[in-house]
Amino acid sequence: MATSKSRTSSFSRNLTAVPSSNTPGLKYGPNGTIFISSGIPDLDKILGGGFALGSLVMVMEDAEAPHHMLLLRNFMSQGLVHKQPLLYASPSKDPKGFLGTLPSPRPCKDDKDKSRDHDPEQEGLRIAWQYKKYFAEHQQTFDNTRDGKHEYCNDFDLRKPLERHFLTGQHIDCVSILHNSDLVALRDRCATFITQFPRNDGSIASAGRIAIQSFCAPQCEYSNVEWDMLSLIRSLRSMIRSSNAVAVVTFPPSLLLPSVSKRWQHMADTLLSVRAIPDEDKELANLLTGYQDMVGLLNVHKVARINTQVPVILDATTFSIKLQKRRFLVLECLNQAPIDGASGNSYGTSASCSASSRTGTLDF
Amino acid sequence: MNQRASNLLDEALGLVDEGTNPWTLSGRVLLIEDCVETSATFLLHHLLKRALYTLSSNVVVFLALSQPFSHYDRVLRKLGCNLAAQKENNRLLFLDMLTSEFPDGGESGLVALYGKIEKVINGLIEENKKSITIIIDDLSLLEVAANGASNHVLDFLHYCHTLTSVFGCTLVALNHEDIYSSMEKPALILHLEYLADILMKTEPLATGLATDVHGQLTVLNKETWDGQGRSRNRIFNFHFRIKENGVEYFSPGSRA
Repeated sequence: MATSKSRTSSFSRNLTAVPSSNTPGLKYGPNGTIFISSGIPDLDKILGGGFALGSLVMVMEDAEAPHHMLLLRNFMSQGLVHKQPLLYASPSKDPKGFLGTLPSPRPCKDDKDKSRDHDPEQEGLRIAWQYKKYFAEHQQTFDNTRDGKHEYCNDFDLRKPLERHFLTGQHIDCVSILHNSDLVALRDRCATFITQFPRNDGSIASAGRIAIQSFCAPQCEYSNVEWDMLSLIRSLRSMIRSSNAVAVVTFPPSLLLPSVSKRWQHMADTLLSVRAIPDEDKELANLLTGYQDMVGLLNVHKVARINTQVPVILDATTFSIKLQKRRFLVLECLNQAPIDGASGNSYGTSASCSASSRTGTLDF
Repeated sequence: MNQRASNLLDEALGLVDEGTNPWTLSGRVLLIEDCVETSATFLLHHLLKRALYTLSSNVVVFLALSQPFSHYDRVLRKLGCNLAAQKENNRLLFLDMLTSEFPDGGESGLVALYGKIEKVINGLIEENKKSITIIIDDLSLLEVAANGASNHVLDFLHYCHTLTSVFGCTLVALNHEDIYSSMEKPALILHLEYLADILMKTEPLATGLATDVHGQLTVLNKETWDGQGRSRNRIFNFHFRIKENGVEYFSPGSRA
C-alpha cells in the first residue's frame, strides 16, 4: 500500500493530540475527537465523554414542556464556567435576560462530601453482583472529574443563579430571532462567531459553544422558509465541523412537516429528545420505580460518529430526568418496578419510544 | 491484504472475484437508502474502498456533502485504504462540497458541477474511462444545497445516469428513505429507485438496538439478462455488525 510522507503507518497515534492540562473543560476522546462537557455529568457519561468538538447536537423538544431548557441551561453554564465563548440565539425579546436563569456550579468545598452522599449509603449495602460493574464505573468517573480546581464537568445547582462574574466579559453574544425571518443575519453571526475557533493541528486555545433555542418556533416566523432553515442548519453544521465549537439546537419537531423534521434529524450528529411525563399517569407510576421523582424522559437517538463508521450502541436509550434534592439534574436508566410480568409488553411500548416498531419488508 | 475473503455483501453485489472481470458494477446505478436509526455510510466506505482497490485503473469521483475529507480519510485508513495517497495519484477526485451552495434553485450550480465531472472523465486516458465510479454522499444534502429544487437534482442525476451508459461509469448515491416516506409523490426517490440496478436498504432491527447486530441490510439486485436470456431480481437479506476495520455480514439468526 502506498504511504504518504506525512504518516508512516496507518495506525500511528497523532502525538500532537496529547491532553494538555492547561485547557480546562476539554477531554480527549477516541478517533482524534475532543469532548466538551454537556454540563450534565450523567449525560457526558451516556454519550461517552460529552459533546465532540465539531458536532451539531439537536434536541427535539416536547412542545408542551420546557425540558429542553434544562439541557440548554446546563450546556451554557458549563461553557461560561470554563470561560468558553458562547453564542446564544432565542426567540425571545431579550435573550440576554435568559442568562440570569443559568444555574450555578456546586461550590467546590462541599462538593466532595455532597457528591458522594448517595454513594455511602450504597457502600454499606451489599451490592448484587450484576450491578457491581456499574458501581465501579460510577466511582471511577467521579474520581476523574475531581482532580484540580477546574473540573471537566460541574454539577449545577438549578436553584442558584450563576454568579455575576461569569457573565461579564466579552465572550457572550446574544441574538434574538424573534420576528426575524431574515436568516442571513443569524448565519452571519454564527459564521463570525465560529471563525474564532479555527481548527489547526496543534493545541487548542479555546472551544466555542453555540446554543440556539426553539429554532423553528412560530414566533420566529420562519414557517414558509423551510428550505432556508435547512440550508442554515446545513451551513452551521459544515462550519462547525471544521472548527473547535459545538452547536446545540433545540426545535419542536411537531411544528415541522414530517419530511422536513426527518431532514433535520439526519443533519444532527447527536440527536436527543426530551419528553415530559404526565403528573398522574397511574399506569406509568406502577411500571417504573422512582416515578415520583421524575420530571421527564430523555431519549438518545443518535450519538455523534466523527472519524469513525462504528455506531455507538448504548445499553439503554431512554433515561429518566430527575432532580436530586430539587437542585441537581441527574439522568437514570429506567427501572421496571417489580410487579407481575403481565405488564412487560406495555413497558416496552410506553417507556422506550426509540424501539422501532417498524418491521422489515423481509422477515424470517 | 485488500482481497479479503468475499462476504455476503460482495456476493449480493456480484463483486465476487471470478478472475475475468473483477469489477462487475460498471454501467450500473447503486442506490443506498438508510434512516435516522441506522446510517448506511459504511456501505459507501466499502464501495469506495472496493472501487479503488479492485482494479488499479479505477477512478473515483467523490461528491462529499456530508463530511470533510479528514473524516473519510480517517475512516478509510482504518479500513486499510489510504485516501490521501489515492488523491495524489489522481485515482480519487474528492469534491469537497460541505459548504458549497447553489443559489437560485441550483440549476446553474448543478450544471457547473456536472460539467466538472464530465471534464474529469474526458480528461482521463481511454483505459481509465471504462471504470469510473461516481459516489454521492448524500442526495438529501444536495437537495438542501439546491434550496429544495428536487427537479434540478433529479436532472443532475439523469445526466450522471447517462454517463453510466456512455462510459460505463458506476453511480453510487446515498439517500435517506425516511425523509420521503411521508411525502405524497417523492419524485426524486421514486425515479432513483426505478433507475437503480442495485438497491440497498439499511434498517434497524425490529427488536430494537443490540450490541452484536447493528441492523439489517436488504440488497435488491435487478440482474440484467443472464446467459439464458432471462432477467431476474435477486433479493438478499442479512444482518450486519460494523467494526472499525470492516463490517461483518451474516444471515439472520446465524448468530447465537
